[in-house]
Order: sequence, then structure tokens, then C-alpha cells
Amino acid sequence: MAENQDAAADDQPLLIADRLSKAYGRLTACRDVSFALYPGEVLAIVGESGSGKTTLLQLLSAQLVPNAGCVSYRMRDGVTRDLAALGEAERRFLFRTDWGYVHQDPAQGLRMAVSAGANVGERLMAVGWNHYGRIRDTASSWLERVEIDVGRIDDAPRTYSGGMRQRLQIARNLVTEPRLVFMDEPTGGLDVSVQARLLDLMRNLVSELGLAAIVVTHDLAVARLLSHRVMVMKGGRVIETGLTDQVLDDPREPYTQLLVSSILPA
Amino acid sequence: MNAPAYNFAYLDEQTKRMIRRAILKAIAIPGYQVPFASREMPMPYGWGTGGVQVTAAILGPNDVLKVIDQGSDDTTNAISIRKFFAKTAGVATTTATADATVIQTRHRIPEAPLHGGQVLVYQVPIPEPLRFLEPRETETRRMHALGEYGLIHVKLYEDIARFGHIATSYAYPVKVNARYVMDPSPTPKFDNPKMDNCPALQLFGAGREKRIYAIPPHTSVLSLDFEDHPFTRYRFDAPCALCGAEDSYLDEIVTDDRGGRMFVCSDTDYCETRQSSGHRGSENAAPHKERAHG
Repeated sequence: MAENQDAAADDQPLLIADRLSKAYGRLTACRDVSFALYPGEVLAIVGESGSGKTTLLQLLSAQLVPNAGCVSYRMRDGVTRDLAALGEAERRFLFRTDWGYVHQDPAQGLRMAVSAGANVGERLMAVGWNHYGRIRDTASSWLERVEIDVGRIDDAPRTYSGGMRQRLQIARNLVTEPRLVFMDEPTGGLDVSVQARLLDLMRNLVSELGLAAIVVTHDLAVARLLSHRVMVMKGGRVIETGLTDQVLDDPREPYTQLLVSSILPA
Repeated sequence: MNAPAYNFAYLDEQTKRMIRRAILKAIAIPGYQVPFASREMPMPYGWGTGGVQVTAAILGPNDVLKVIDQGSDDTTNAISIRKFFAKTAGVATTTATADATVIQTRHRIPEAPLHGGQVLVYQVPIPEPLRFLEPRETETRRMHALGEYGLIHVKLYEDIARFGHIATSYAYPVKVNARYVMDPSPTPKFDNPKMDNCPALQLFGAGREKRIYAIPPHTSVLSLDFEDHPFTRYRFDAPCALCGAEDSYLDEIVTDDRGGRMFVCSDTDYCETRQSSGHRGSENAAPHKERAHG
């Protein structure tokens, strides 16, 4: 019975973008973007710098207000609501609980001066956890899951390496078991071996937890490894969209062909 | 130009009205920090400019003023503020807690219980309890507005992770009237329980930060904690060396360079009252005025 209900819920989109547009003065950063994201689905948004990827991500996560169009999200109670119609308190609560946001620069997503344990525990305390022992146990189990030595739980992230910071940021976001995670260039600035490990970890977590994710990246390898679907953006428009292997192996648009052919052979 | 050379209690009447409005708003919303147009006072920031302005705004000719600094009536800060109001307002001053109607304080709440009709005015250096965790003022204000106080527990978590217990010993965060988280100014956490359901009105003035906040009489003030690490008071484990009090907050006084020290009540009025009614501590078997230190 419960499975049937879940199956029925999975048929409905988690997040719907409807004709989103955003302009900064005369510059249109994002034009007429529409799509639906289903639970457990990973969508990659690819394109070169300045193509509107990050603006789109901020529109989707309600950090920017679109000039036109709307974003709807199916809340945990099953009701799909327009994000613009949510109160600020509701929106911030959503951001702390049902969503995660992984920044490219971990310093933006972490509190660099407080310990790793407190970084992971902050969201739990924000939703009313009031038992130190339980918060700490949960934090250590999450550090284990993202392959950070539990012995470093009391160290501040500024003593961590870039890869560890990024993994800590992921743990901090996933601790409240969100259903949707936004990632903005999650592997940017990491060296190749660390990138590979991080991608492997993210892929496992996403499939284990059944997360939906929207990953912004200019790295097609990240899109290929993580995502089910790809959206290619250029000049604020979505020019091509489809299954990841389909778009990357058989690109239709000249621009996508250019992007794919720009990958240096390994 | 033709401003009067003298006005009761130093500040001009328009300034007092402005401060009183802020105070009334603060009382109406317990624990909420009300911005106000703090004035330059004839003393440096950090010496109680906020408290002095609040006191000046509420003082009337019939008030009896007591000023304490770390519990003591006879330190520089306390004496100069007391003299300031004796001179500019001509009000009666006292050191006896029970006789005062207005008590301006820096970092302590008197040991003797306060009663209805009294006003306790705190000098506050940093009114924002979230300050060292969240540097943006716009963000902390929003967090107060939305009641998002997870962050304050991050601070307590850090304490336990680092020291094994909540090591914050002063400026211990409290929740006022089950709504706003407030910094009780740097009073020792020993004094926190005295704020809860206190019959006196408590006003907080931060001059440099330009904020006034308040706890009306008989308002709940809850010290924040974790279920498995509950709030505890802290007190040196010794009786007062002068009056033998076992229940008062103690100052540690270094008496020589060989590790000698003694613990005495931080509240001088409380200590002297006890001594005059015959209580004696270990350092004070004889009446303390006759004792020669050598």
C-alpha cells in the first residue's frame, strides 16, 4: 500500500520550472526555460561561462526572483506550490530541510571557524534538535559516509583540504535528508584525482538516498557521470535537452557538438 | 544658541523623549533590540554610555540611584557615574540595594532580591547574541524576526566539543518570553536565573551599538542549553573570605606573588550588610576595618 502511494507520488514532478526568464537590465541571463524534475532524477545543466547556468540555479532555488515565469515545488505533504507564493519563513525552512545547496566555493557553504561536527549539526539544531549526544552521533556517522576521518570532527574546516571541505559541505547539506540538492560546480577547483573520488561519492549518495539533484557544471565528464538528463544552455536559452548519453554521444545542435568535441582526449 | 545651560539629568528633554519611546517599545516586545539615536556622552564608549542614557531618560527627582560595577559600589566607573547623576540631577544616591529605585549596573545583578518598582539598568557592550557567529547585521535581524535560532546552539555545541561542558560563563544566551534570544550583557551566568520572573523592570542600553532592549517584570527568561548538558550556574567552591557567604558570586583576589588568593563577594553591599549583622569569614575573624594586612 505504502509502496503504491510512493509509486504514485513518483509519477508527479518534484520541481516544475515554467517559462523562467531573468534579465539584468538589458542583459538577458535566462530566457524562457521550462522543464520538470522528477524525484530521484539528476539533471545536469551544462554550458560555457556566462550562459546563464548559475542564474538559472538561483532562480530554481528561489534565491533570485524571476522577471517572468514561475517555479513550483512539491512539498513533503504532497502539495505542489509556487515558490514565489511562499512566505520568507517557509522558504528559508525549505532551504534548511528539504533542500541542499552545494556551493562551488566551500567557504560560502560552510562556517569556516566552527568545528566540522557543528557544521554538520547546524541544520539539525535549526530544526529543533536539542540533545548534544544525538547531534554528535549523527554528525560522526555523516562524516563517515563522506569519508572524512571521524577523529577530525572537532577541527574547523579551514584546516581541511579542498576535497575534504567539499565533502563536508555535502554532509552538512544531506544531514536533514533533503529530497532535492542544488549543486553549483561541485568539483570546480579540485584536482583530478580528488574530483574522481568526490564524483564517485556523490553518485553513490544520490542513488542510495534517492535524491533529486540539479547540477550546474561546465565539465561534461561530471554531467556524464552523475546525471540522467542534460540541459545545454547558450546565451540564456536551453538549446538542447535529452538523456545524458544521447546528448553527449549524439549531439544535435552545432554548439553542443562543439562542446563535446572540446573535451581533451584522455 | 539660546539652549538652556542646564537640564535635569544632563540630556535635553527631546532626547529623553526619544529614548523613552525606544524603552516603551522595548518593554512592549520583551528581548527585542530597539534601535535608538544614541548620543555622545561625556565618557568614552565602553564605560556605560548606553546605560547612562537609559538612566538619564528614566530618572526623576525623587529617585534613589545606586550604581555598581562588577557588583562593587566603589570602583571608578561606579563612583563617577553616581557622581555624574548626583551633580546633573541632584538625586539621592545609595549603596543599599533595597533602598534604590534605579540601579545602574555593569556585569552583575545584586545578590539581594529586587522588588517591584525597582529598575535595573544594564550597560551593554554588544547587544547581538548571534554576532560572533553571523557577522551580517541584516542576516541576524532576519533570524530574530523569523525566530531562527539554531545558530545559537552551534555556539553551545562548540563549547561542549572543545571543553566537555558549556564553558560560556558570561553573556550566556537566554530566551525571553519564549520568543527572542537575548544577550544578557556580560553578567556571569550565575546571575541568569535571577532574571527569570524578576519583579523589577530590567532595561539594557548599548550606546555604541545604539540598541535598547528590556525584560518587563515577571517575564520568563530561559537560559539555553542541551537536554544532555543542562544549564548550570557557576560559582567558585568557597565561602566569602570576609562575610562567609556560601551563596554569593565571588571574585578571586590575588593577595601575593606566591599563589596566595582569597575569594570575596563581588557584591560589596551584600558583603558589608552581612558583616555588619555579624557574619564573619576566614580572613575576617576580627572586624575587617581593624585588620592590618601585612
